Amino acid sequence: MPRDRTAKPAVLGFPVRRPATSRASLRSSSALRRRLVVGVLVLLALALITASFRESEGGPLHDAQAAASTALRPFQVAVERVARPFRDAYGWSADLVNAKSEADKLQKENEVLRQQVVQNESALQQNVELRALLDYKNGPEFPSGYRYIATEVVSTAPRAFQQEIVVAVGANDGVQLNAPVVTNEGLVGQVTRVFSRTARVTLITDEQSFVSAEDLRSGATGIVRNGGAGDTLVLSRVNKEEVVKNGDEVITSGWRADGLSSLYPRGIPIGEVTSVGRTSNDLYLQVQIRPYVDTTSLHSVIVLIEKQPRTGP
Amino acid sequence: MSDGLTIAGLIGTAALLQSTVFSSLEIAGGTPDLLLVTLLGISLLRGSIVGAIAGFAGGLVLDVANMATLGVSSLLLALAGYWTGRYGETTGRDRTHAPFLAVIVLTILVTVGGVALHFMLGDEVSARHAFLETVIPELGLNLIIAAPVFALCRRLLKPDDLQARVQEVRLLG
Repeated sequence: MPRDRTAKPAVLGFPVRRPATSRASLRSSSALRRRLVVGVLVLLALALITASFRESEGGPLHDAQAAASTALRPFQVAVERVARPFRDAYGWSADLVNAKSEADKLQKENEVLRQQVVQNESALQQNVELRALLDYKNGPEFPSGYRYIATEVVSTAPRAFQQEIVVAVGANDGVQLNAPVVTNEGLVGQVTRVFSRTARVTLITDEQSFVSAEDLRSGATGIVRNGGAGDTLVLSRVNKEEVVKNGDEVITSGWRADGLSSLYPRGIPIGEVTSVGRTSNDLYLQVQIRPYVDTTSLHSVIVLIEKQPRTGP
Repeated sequence: MSDGLTIAGLIGTAALLQSTVFSSLEIAGGTPDLLLVTLLGISLLRGSIVGAIAGFAGGLVLDVANMATLGVSSLLLALAGYWTGRYGETTGRDRTHAPFLAVIVLTILVTVGGVALHFMLGDEVSARHAFLETVIPELGLNLIIAAPVFALCRRLLKPDDLQARVQEVRLLG
């Protein structure tokens, strides 16, 4: 079968008759030329790489490259200036597209950071409070014969008339019923119910709370109880003969008599006398006290545990 | 304007644009290679010899402009131009997908070759970064710019001489 000697370059779309003679030699010389050119270029590139790589920074090839780069600089600057508006436009569009996701990301980051700030502030406040409690524990005011359990307040008074808090220690930690609860500022209350891991503390501002107390300056004794108006306390049953003045400090008296003793050790600060009333038909003074401890913002407290537990009657 | 000057202008402009604008144009983690795509367009239209010379020259301009090791880009682009020219001279000439196939193959090969060369020269190159993170977006970007660049090349470079093309044609039958 005779061989078809036509070729169909698709770009042209019509057949071309190729001369039969000298075709092989043409192809051969063309291939040779191609290989020669590419071979020379590859060798030249390899030589350039070798020379450029091995030569020191101040060598002639680097100098020539620097000179050529300097010569190209104006063209680069021109191209850069021409392209800058387009690049800026692209950058602006890309920034616009990315702006929303970036804003969302930053907002989330901001929320996380805000939470961290709150946590840090809370930790700082707790640290300050615990340090104060530690100072109190190591100070002379800490009652002897007692050990301490420092704890967090896990629940504050849910209602105004319910003057109780819950602390994060309980029977498992050695907390006992009626144990006094204090802060570095003064008396908080006493444990009125003990659970395994928590305990309920009735505050001194509760209507059912009564604390034997003493005016530190005059030595006048009485009973501290709820004053009936908010967080104020009154020192009741103080004889009219006693001289109690505004600003006097009231502390726990910690009495002992006939084998009985107060639930609170002596010397725990309770509050400061804010007013003293005296009426002709009353047997006792009317002494109002402002408690040292702000029972509405308690975070950490100390539960006092007697080293030698008292025996029952 | 002669054919040689047109090709020189195209390659020179592409190299300058590549070194100034396109090299800093990072889109989706990749950078479009205008010089490579322009070279492929020229090589497909003008054959392997012109492709190899244009690639060598373009690479040289790029290395000079970037103050890089001389010859690295020249070697890679000369081989890329040669291969594409041969592809155009033989099987790829009459295929519409030829330019895009050339872009896909050469983008990958030039990336691999570049990483290998720089590795051999002791440069710090990350193969993972090059092959997994940049080559795919670069491939996409090169394909995007391929159509307009090839159209420009076809417009500036007139169809080749008839006899020259016929000499390179594949025989049928």
